[in-house]
Amino acid sequence: MRKGYSREASVAGALVALLVVVAAVAPGYFSRENLTDICLANAPVLIVAVGMTLVILTGQIDISVGSIFAVCGVGAGVLAKAGLPVPIAALGACFTGAVLGSLNGGLVAYLRVPSIVVTLAAMVALRDGLRWATQGAWVEDLPSGFQWLGFSQSSFSAMILLVAAGITVTVGWGLRNLAAGRAVYATGSSEEAAHLSGIDTRRYRFWVFTITGALTGLAALLNSVRFNQIPSNSGLGLEMRVIAAVVVGGTAITGGTGSISGTVVGVILLGAVGPALTFLGINPYWEKAIQGAIILAAIVADRVSVRVAFRSSRKHASSPASTSA
Amino acid sequence: MLAPLLEARSISKAFAGVRALNGVNFSLFPGEVHALVGENGAGKSTLIKVFTGAIAADSGSLTVAGREVRHHTPATARSLGIGAIYQQPSLFPHLTVAENIAWTLEGGGLWHRVDWKARQRLAAGLIRRAGASIDPERVAGTLSMPEQQIVEIAKAIGAGARILIMDEPTSSLTDREVESLFQVIASLRAQGSGVIYISHRLNEIFSIADRITVLRDGETIGTRNTTEVQPTGLIEMMAGRPSASVFPKREVPHGAIALELRNVSSSAAGVRAVSFSVRSGEIVGLAGLVGSGRTELAETIFGLNALDSGEILVEARRVRIGSPAEAIEAGVAYVPQDRRRHGIVLEMPVAANTSLASLGAISRWGWIDGARERILAERYVAQLHIKTPSVDATCGTLSGGNQQKVALARWLATSPKVLILDEPTQGVDVGSKSEIHRRMVDLAEGGLAIIMISSELPEILGMSDRILVMHAGSIGGVLSRAEATQYKILSLALGHRPTGEMARIQE
Repeated sequence: MRKGYSREASVAGALVALLVVVAAVAPGYFSRENLTDICLANAPVLIVAVGMTLVILTGQIDISVGSIFAVCGVGAGVLAKAGLPVPIAALGACFTGAVLGSLNGGLVAYLRVPSIVVTLAAMVALRDGLRWATQGAWVEDLPSGFQWLGFSQSSFSAMILLVAAGITVTVGWGLRNLAAGRAVYATGSSEEAAHLSGIDTRRYRFWVFTITGALTGLAALLNSVRFNQIPSNSGLGLEMRVIAAVVVGGTAITGGTGSISGTVVGVILLGAVGPALTFLGINPYWEKAIQGAIILAAIVADRVSVRVAFRSSRKHASSPASTSA
Repeated sequence: MLAPLLEARSISKAFAGVRALNGVNFSLFPGEVHALVGENGAGKSTLIKVFTGAIAADSGSLTVAGREVRHHTPATARSLGIGAIYQQPSLFPHLTVAENIAWTLEGGGLWHRVDWKARQRLAAGLIRRAGASIDPERVAGTLSMPEQQIVEIAKAIGAGARILIMDEPTSSLTDREVESLFQVIASLRAQGSGVIYISHRLNEIFSIADRITVLRDGETIGTRNTTEVQPTGLIEMMAGRPSASVFPKREVPHGAIALELRNVSSSAAGVRAVSFSVRSGEIVGLAGLVGSGRTELAETIFGLNALDSGEILVEARRVRIGSPAEAIEAGVAYVPQDRRRHGIVLEMPVAANTSLASLGAISRWGWIDGARERILAERYVAQLHIKTPSVDATCGTLSGGNQQKVALARWLATSPKVLILDEPTQGVDVGSKSEIHRRMVDLAEGGLAIIMISSELPEILGMSDRILVMHAGSIGGVLSRAEATQYKILSLALGHRPTGEMARIQE
């Protein structure tokens, strides 16, 4: 379970290296405004990534988070415009996310449909459903209390970061210290062993999707209140960004190993690259290519470490038991 | 006399220092059905793999059709006309019979044009030669078991096989289906092919085989003409003398009945009307051949298979066990056979593996008390002598024997009343093996009721107070420690009741 630690360290190392280069070439990167911008843009990504970490730890995947993000953001705006109090609209966004996530989770856990299929369907259906419902129009003319949820911009920025940090710390702590967290790891590592140990693996599969949906709704809300209109195509490509951050952070795509702290460094590394390019004077079109290279490096590191671990465990294991007739 | 189709001389093979075959001799003549028998682990499968080229023998010679074969591989086996039909047919379920046959037989590159008519003719012809009639256009997935086997046989004939190896072909067939398979074998024999026939069912062997070779512990015990040997004599050859190895068994007093099964049946698991009871302090051995339903019975007790009828009582209280969680709640623990897949979680440290089935006991409000978890794990590391650098070491880095002990620790941590061990020492080195046996006796002394499934007869004989022998999903017989012999267990496992006289001769 703590094997991911070396990965966290090496990703953090890569991040530090990047920041050192940027500091030498373009110190402007470390201006207060730029750092605030980076944090604000990535706090919602982090919140979704925390949920995604749970999903991937159980050996599943959720590619519908981008679409859920859009539905929840637009939903919150529509509710607010309809005259509902802003807190109700905010709760509505989280609740919508949780319901959509629970649909994914129910199909995956109880009907045993592969999660890639379930969430692919959800991704397409929600995205196109939203496009049809809004006719592509943005939600505009939001009530004045909606933006920054009625707080001042600076105090709200601090609040977003606090919320993201709070969720991250809570889930990270829970994964380490709660029986439920242990069950998540066990489910992803060896479902049969977990089941035989009396763990209701289906229930955990259901809940990780539901939690991810709720967190996505929250992230969408925190993101949408930063602007005075909500685009109906928000969250496009979010799923890939989030999955990439989780994988780069050392969580095995096959489940069972990984950590929230890894996901945190993964989100920061991938989030810091894009703006850094701008400051380094490199064409921003390189951003995706560099992110891709980081993901590839992470996956290769995964395979290599698995192979090394496998070899060392083989060395210790005794002769094969398959010699019987 | 005709020259043999296949002749193996002093074949030996070892896996990681363990002898699987030791100087085995075997021959097969044209038009002969030669049965290969032996208990679990006797070396039958290994010998077959040597014939099919799946594994290379360490020493010995293999002569096929008068020519000695060196560097035997699956490809040379096929070109020499050796074909194998396994217990489970391996057809592509979505392709038709003709396509399945063509897939193995048609050569040509990726781009050669398919001649559908020729394909059909080929398939129909081969199936006819196998003595059956199946429409080549049928999809393989819709065929019955014996029909699938006939397609496998047709594939082998089409590949020019004159030596057909059948590994437990009848294990999933009904009596009538067996009959039709035997007709196919008879027609192959009439065409001059040789058949190597592996089965646990003695009556089948006596009705189909011309000669019988018995393997035991990787050695040829003997080859007999079917007409010259009786079932009892054959079982005697298979069983041999009790092994001299010493088991750390102690007599401990037995307490009240801990587990009782009354007429338990589960059609999903193939378990039929099983009744028995186990007392606390008692070690009950569950013997039987692979496929006799031992593991399925254990899984049924543990709530993995649905109960159709019957009842299970733990400490004289009727319990409803529908899931592993309920089984643990009721006081039943199950250490499964394949520990790498079902037993321990390789990525997790020893401590987390130990506590996995008893997380409730070491947490409050769902919060794991790390200190209590460590104490729990350290207690079992000490009690079971688990060799690990610390309880934080990842289980994947431990040896097989120690992994097994961690799996055992997990179940002991649930404070069970009944412990079911499925092949507890399989794939475990000798030292850990007797270590595990010693712990089992300690646990029994502590009042635990233990059910031990094992394919190793010496282990069953050495460790059990009482032995239940399973045959075809039900209890074929019960033997006390005093009366049990390898011979009697094997007889019951093969569905052959020993006569009183034969049993006495054995003692």
